[in-house]
Amino acid sequence: MSTTEIERQWTTRLRHRAAGKLPPEKLLPDTQPSYVSSWIYVFGVATLSSLILVIATGCLLALRGPSWWHGSYIGHFVNSLHLWSVEVFFFAMVVHLWGKFFMGAWRGGRTATWMTGVVTFLASLLTAFTGYVSQSNFDSQWISTQAKDGINATGGGAYFNVLNMGQMLMWHIVLLPLVAIILTTLHVILVRVKGVVPPYDDNAAATVTTEGATK
Amino acid sequence: MGLYSFLAALVPLNNYGHYIHWHWLYVSYANFIVICLMIVTFVAALLLPFPGRNRRKENR
Repeated sequence: MSTTEIERQWTTRLRHRAAGKLPPEKLLPDTQPSYVSSWIYVFGVATLSSLILVIATGCLLALRGPSWWHGSYIGHFVNSLHLWSVEVFFFAMVVHLWGKFFMGAWRGGRTATWMTGVVTFLASLLTAFTGYVSQSNFDSQWISTQAKDGINATGGGAYFNVLNMGQMLMWHIVLLPLVAIILTTLHVILVRVKGVVPPYDDNAAATVTTEGATK
Repeated sequence: MGLYSFLAALVPLNNYGHYIHWHWLYVSYANFIVICLMIVTFVAALLLPFPGRNRRKENR
């Protein structure tokens, strides 16, 4: 195969494009801009860390099932870890959202970064909701019977039946986590490609340079 | 079991929920406390100095 033919292959073109957009030193940088040394920039990674804990404890719950998380001490503990890591996840995500809103984090060509964050937030709300109706206890029965009237009023009850335990569990442990994980990965990649948004008084640095992340 | 009973006694959850109802606002105390904590955390994150911030500025 000639060099020209190799260069024309889609795998070669994709590799060159990916390496150009996100070289390893930009994917895992050694340093960050000086304005990042503020507590407000910590909440993004706090959200990501708690998401990892949510997924890990969710996997343990999926392995052992409801009789374990309702009927054993260690099951109760893992169930509580799953709940409280979700609480920390939303707490950190809301503070991250406020911080990014007030710094106008969509500036300098970062619209896609902002929008993937917004959609991840909405997907996370739906994941939490389907989690609450999948607990298989009186609380989940109460929530689902209350929610059904709201969903039915929108006309969506035929497709998204909150009283259907199997459907809600599948949404909670398969579809929505997949959406949340894909969007979060995309969000983090975009943050690495475009760089962390600088403060307003450093507006000249907001625009992404041809070298990539802002300095 | 002793520790469980002790913690359960500290935070009794086997009651009716308590709500704040003020004009249009209707929120449980639990959610209200969490919202207040988020606001406090947000303000603290803006105001508290970050460790090593001055050193980083010097090296900029």
